[in-house]
Amino acid sequence: MKASNPLWQKQVFESAPEEFIREIETYETEIQLRKQGKMDEKVFAESRLRRGAYGQRYDNGQRWDGTETQTLPFPSSSTELTKGMNTVWDAPGMQRIKVPYGGMNPKQLEVMADLAEEYSDNIAHVTTRQDFQLHFIHIDDTPALLRRLASVGMTTREACGNSVRNITGCPFSGVCSTESFDVTPYADALTFFLLGHPDIQDFGRKFKIAFSGCRDEACGLVNMHDMGAIGVKRIIDGVEKRGFELYVGGGLGTVPHQAKLFADFVSEEELLPTTQAISRVFARLGEKKNRNRARVKFLVAQLGIEEFKRLVTEERAILTEDPRWTAYLSNLNKLDETPLRPAGKLAEDTPRPEGFDNWYKTNIWNQKQENYSTVTIALPLGDITPNQLRALADIARTYTNGTIRTTVDQNIVLRWISNADLIEVYSALKAVGLGNAGAGTIVDITSCPGTDTCKLGISASRGLAGELKKRLAEKSHTLDEAVQDLHIKVSGCFNSCGQHHISDLGFFGVSRRSGNYTVPHFQVVLGGEWTHNGGSYGLAVGAVPAKRIPEVVERLTGRYVAERQKGEHFKEFIQRVGKVEIKKLIDDLTKLPTHDEDPSLFTDWGDSREYTIGDIGVGECAGEVVSHAEFGLLAAERQAFEAQIALDEKQYQRAGELAYLSMKQAVKTLVQEQFYDVPDDNDRVAEEFRTRFYDTKIFWDEYAGGKFGHYYLRAHEKSNESYSPDEAHRRVEEALLVIEAAHTCYGKLLATKNTVKPFGI
Amino acid sequence: MNIQHINVKFYIQNPESVSLESYNKIFNTWIQTHRTEEMLVDVADYLHVHHGPGIMLIGHEANYSLDNTEGRLGLLYNRKLQENGSNEEKLAQAFRAVLTAAQILEKENDLQINTKEVQVILNDRFLFPNTEETFKTLKPDFKNFFDKLYNGDAYTFERNTESRQRFILDVKADSAPSTESLLEHLPAIAESVHA
Repeated sequence: MKASNPLWQKQVFESAPEEFIREIETYETEIQLRKQGKMDEKVFAESRLRRGAYGQRYDNGQRWDGTETQTLPFPSSSTELTKGMNTVWDAPGMQRIKVPYGGMNPKQLEVMADLAEEYSDNIAHVTTRQDFQLHFIHIDDTPALLRRLASVGMTTREACGNSVRNITGCPFSGVCSTESFDVTPYADALTFFLLGHPDIQDFGRKFKIAFSGCRDEACGLVNMHDMGAIGVKRIIDGVEKRGFELYVGGGLGTVPHQAKLFADFVSEEELLPTTQAISRVFARLGEKKNRNRARVKFLVAQLGIEEFKRLVTEERAILTEDPRWTAYLSNLNKLDETPLRPAGKLAEDTPRPEGFDNWYKTNIWNQKQENYSTVTIALPLGDITPNQLRALADIARTYTNGTIRTTVDQNIVLRWISNADLIEVYSALKAVGLGNAGAGTIVDITSCPGTDTCKLGISASRGLAGELKKRLAEKSHTLDEAVQDLHIKVSGCFNSCGQHHISDLGFFGVSRRSGNYTVPHFQVVLGGEWTHNGGSYGLAVGAVPAKRIPEVVERLTGRYVAERQKGEHFKEFIQRVGKVEIKKLIDDLTKLPTHDEDPSLFTDWGDSREYTIGDIGVGECAGEVVSHAEFGLLAAERQAFEAQIALDEKQYQRAGELAYLSMKQAVKTLVQEQFYDVPDDNDRVAEEFRTRFYDTKIFWDEYAGGKFGHYYLRAHEKSNESYSPDEAHRRVEEALLVIEAAHTCYGKLLATKNTVKPFGI
Repeated sequence: MNIQHINVKFYIQNPESVSLESYNKIFNTWIQTHRTEEMLVDVADYLHVHHGPGIMLIGHEANYSLDNTEGRLGLLYNRKLQENGSNEEKLAQAFRAVLTAAQILEKENDLQINTKEVQVILNDRFLFPNTEETFKTLKPDFKNFFDKLYNGDAYTFERNTESRQRFILDVKADSAPSTESLLEHLPAIAESVHA
């Protein structure tokens, strides 16, 4: 690819940490071995993932062009060289770059700009875990790219793969008035302690860690992490000690889990060894074969938090002492920040540039240090250009000591701006298109990459987020204040990278059949909580065609403004009104017209291609007949919805039972495609489903494998047990996913004409 | 100095009347119908970004885009793969690609190319640092090439001296020849140019 690649290899970077360079050299060797056929593709795939080199949509060499699926004739296709299962070597990929706790400096922004220009598509993208991502990267270019990052102290090591991912942290740490103390040095110490540590190399799945300085704000999102640490202080023997309230087993993903309290106080001296012990227990006992059950949340749920704690305590006791556990504590202030410019007040008599007041209202965070502010740069969909990155580096150098952080809502903040400089900073940002107001409001929408670049994307999350942002921004000045502060988050599929569970209005991509077409939809998820570190999760109320989601937002926010009680938050409003009413409000939007009546619904946002999953022809007899199976799946959805209502009403046993029955209804519908007269007996349905759809893998998802079928079979095994609130909640979540999977499976059956003897055994 | 990774950007004459959103569909059609010599992979839409890369047609050997960097809309060709041949041949290859695409867009769609101005970028800071030395070394090659391209018409070129930028050459001609005319005057390319 790049002509300069061999030259970067010979370049000496004195500023690069030696271990970073050694790691890159190892990776380069592996690339050569793979090219020579001396390294297994699966092993290579995991290895490149652990260097942050991720797959991207169409890297199997196939792309639907709106009419047919085209083979993309990459040169390497002829040699059958792959970089993983079904992943063509020459196909462009994504490179994720770790940014521990979001901390960056101007030089790093400039290198990011150079890399985006030279290797990517002139865009750098901030993710929901404070990383940067570059897209459309050729794998042969990655070692040079990694070297250039290493030259400014950045690494991609363990940015993907089954390892400890980027450790995130509140971007206001150290300047926030509600924090116990600055968690930055702890996040930093843990990052570099765990990076490449032998005890984290044998995980069955990824492990995500977050730090927060307080309980109440959203910034750290501790509750949705595999391990979360909230800084707390305690008086011990008359001395104030720093420590952490430690949580484990949280996570969004397909079925969200709230983290469980592991310990209410882990001293600063014990933070690193305790994390090491947790890692060792996870590596030893975590699921390895079934990826879908391999996150630590499943291990914690399976063992129970008390047993998990006991095992970790036991493991901690036998760990060999490591001086790194506490060495960093003697130099805790090394990352302390200082202002560049003297503190000052915002001048009252200086003329304010157009747009300043709105920007000031939403994008300024008052630091605990008097007369200093943290300024948020609201990035559209997390995207920023190379020239904007350089301009931002200049602004950071002019007004601060280079104190920059990325945020989990895909923005960038500049810390330590003197209030006296705010007008100048605004003007400088505005000049390069970075002065948009609305940070943290309804227009500041978070989205995962979705179908734009992600292999798993079902619907165009970025397309939807962009459209919603455009529409809401057009009327932002007239929006009711109650609506302004709502959060919208969009994921392209059930995997929750857009964090849709913890927003007021969340959406995740699904699809539905209509005649011989597949239609992009989004499930509407309501009632999640962004504050309190992602305090509670929303639930899906129904799938709506993607093109009608703006109307959903319009109706829901309109009803909220019209009927909210004084001081009532959106989540409380949804709970009070109830899901039955809410569902009625959007019910007409779920009905699909035929393709001829409205073809626009059969494409996705920002994608001109007709949305369809493949080679299904439009048969003369297809018509718009609603089949038995579609009715059956509809019945399953209805039961799942009733289960949600029961959950809202705290009837946990009933919720769990209904959720199970809805799953059974969904899979029975599929069984009936092969065995129409299957008895309505729970055991028999499970047995028939297992042999016909699960064991044969017909029900399996291309990426999630047998996960959804397993949800149903496990629910069947436990169907006579009682349900705790947590279990009921989880069962309802699982039911929704099983039904989605049944829809997909039914679509596949139609597509492949895989139905066998519709009315016989 | 063996130049590689040439980017060429011709500005759009009528940016205000171009419906950029429609190019998502147009570029998708290009993938469907294999409209370029290069293998095309995907369309990337960055119209939401201020002065950004606009709407991109991502290819294996090269990308095409309606690029809005610095607020100036243009048709940008970004050669990603290396090439063989002389510098003149490689410049000719990049110009042929972008002018051919420009011709199609002018004929079939709503944009007009401004041939009086063109920007050439060498997209590799290691090989082509943005220095006076690089400029001096490459100047004769550029002069030879543009002499032929503009077929005797007057033109000037200037290096962008912002040190953090890539090596960028801004070329301005007195006349505005048609894209057909520019294509006719491109130097011939040997078969072996593509690596």
